Amino acid sequence: MRRSPLLWFSVAGVFAFLYIPLIVVVVFSFNDSKLNAGWVGFTFKWYQILVNDKAMIDAAINSLIIAFTASFLATLLGTMAGIAMYRYKTRFLPFMTLTPLAMPEILLGVSLLLFFISVLGTESLSLFTVIIAHTTFCIGFVAIIVRARLTGMDESIFEAARDLGATPWKTFRIITFPLIMPAVIAGMLMSFTLSIDDFVITFFTAGVGVPTLPLTIYTMIKIAVTPEVNALSTLMMLLTLGMIVIASRVAPGFLEKSEHIGEDQ
Amino acid sequence: MALLEIKEVSRRFSDLVAVDNVSFSVNAGEFFTLLGPSGCGKTTLLRMIAGFDQPDSGTITLDGIDLKNTPPEKRPIHTVFQSYALFPHMTVEQNIAFPLKMAGQSESEIKTKVKATLDLVALNDRAKRYPNELSGGQRQRVALARGLVNRPRLLLLDEPLGALDAKLREQMQIELIALQRDTGVTFVFVTHAQAEALALSHRIAVMRAGKIEQLDEPDRLYGQPKNRFVADFIGNVNMHDATVRTIGDTLTLDLGKLGKVVAPLRKNQSLKEGMSGAFIIRPEQVSIRAASEPSGDPNQFVGTVNDFLYIGDVTTYIVDLPDGARIEALLPNSAPGRAKFFELGDPVRVSWKAEAGAFLDS
Repeated sequence: MRRSPLLWFSVAGVFAFLYIPLIVVVVFSFNDSKLNAGWVGFTFKWYQILVNDKAMIDAAINSLIIAFTASFLATLLGTMAGIAMYRYKTRFLPFMTLTPLAMPEILLGVSLLLFFISVLGTESLSLFTVIIAHTTFCIGFVAIIVRARLTGMDESIFEAARDLGATPWKTFRIITFPLIMPAVIAGMLMSFTLSIDDFVITFFTAGVGVPTLPLTIYTMIKIAVTPEVNALSTLMMLLTLGMIVIASRVAPGFLEKSEHIGEDQ
Repeated sequence: MALLEIKEVSRRFSDLVAVDNVSFSVNAGEFFTLLGPSGCGKTTLLRMIAGFDQPDSGTITLDGIDLKNTPPEKRPIHTVFQSYALFPHMTVEQNIAFPLKMAGQSESEIKTKVKATLDLVALNDRAKRYPNELSGGQRQRVALARGLVNRPRLLLLDEPLGALDAKLREQMQIELIALQRDTGVTFVFVTHAQAEALALSHRIAVMRAGKIEQLDEPDRLYGQPKNRFVADFIGNVNMHDATVRTIGDTLTLDLGKLGKVVAPLRKNQSLKEGMSGAFIIRPEQVSIRAASEPSGDPNQFVGTVNDFLYIGDVTTYIVDLPDGARIEALLPNSAPGRAKFFELGDPVRVSWKAEAGAFLDS
């Protein structure tokens, strides 16, 4: 069937809207000018400045530590929550797990701040509290992805494994986990990206000692937008892209529609 | 000693009694079927035998050992699920090897057994395929192979042919009988399809509302049903309210406006004159001829053809009797070149012998 040109036009429009700003950032990160206006010449200068910027490197290390730890913890807990939601069909569990997703970030940030200060004390705000905070808002995302993966899967598969001699733990290791693997990877990836660019919640829970990348960038652009930020953004983009590629290798079926892991048998 | 013993087993789900004080036993090497309409408790019973559910009361023993505290993975019982429940991320070979791996058998042993079992179900050329690349019949065979490969003491089959089309189902029935005979594994089969149960089983327990209505061999179940439910559930039957008039070597029954019929007196049937119940007769025992032709049978009525169902090998004629009752008569179309004996509205004479039919008091 011939599709109308209007349809092609709108598709192109949406993609342009999504990707041109990203391309502009990448291009300007190589621009030999302090101003983000007009192409002057090619340079690696901004990357050099970035690599030698101690504050920026510290912030990047903080962000990576937080993102890796929080996404790992959130994946662990979220996977368990997702499986539990599938197995025990209560309304309570999804409600409790998924509500934070719908909650305004600012509310979550403020309430976490109050919680940390009142329970752990004013001195407690640190890398640790940021990790806890990020884990908290990522659990729901992992859980919802894992549950979606399980929903519609034939429940008797898991019973069959028990029936044929597998203990509950072996059933999880050999049957359940391989089947939900793509969802687990997707959940972890999503948590990682949510964590690494989170500003609002981090702002409330980080205290003064723990600048993360978003916090540092925000401080920088309050003074002036330098192409150093462009260079940093380009690197972060590469990191995210790399993770998606890795994910699609580790968990076939993560990017494309799942075939032989499907439920339609 | 019986292989599997179910003793006074009950299972309740809030206000519903799914299995109500059921007792029976299954012998080694038997093809045993639990037959009943959906919701009769047969699947609940199966799940308790497999270990996925626990009875509220009563005991289930295998080889004389109470299974109460044995989890499903420790029971030498395997299940073939209605949905087959093949592991979608494993090949046919890996699926079949699964129970052997779990049992901790050696690689070489596993290889030999998987190969032999693939031969048994004729799936050698599909060993490396994934379940989603197989047809329904092939999946079914993988599920059977996986259930049988480690030679369990008992194989439970939960409506395994339900998802197949009619032609394939018949073929799989033949394969099932052969598999059971060749492996010697005891089968407990659950189905709601009575024809399937009759064709496959050594013995059948007909269940309704959590209870066993009758446990018998297929021919006895069909030929001598205990009550109206069993008579009606197994095959087609003509049923008419009846009252016992006289009891001698045979029974004389009063069918109300229709008149009297003679029926055989079954052994072990304690009847009293004046007792009310039902007279039943199978359609294939009813003869049908033109009303003008006489019949020597003691039981005969004249009616008109209301309808007929031409199936191919047989035609079922539905005849209206004078009292408004209907009777079905089955006529084989064995005469070459002739398919239809009577037209709608034809006056016909239906009759049957004194030994045909039966009186049911419940």
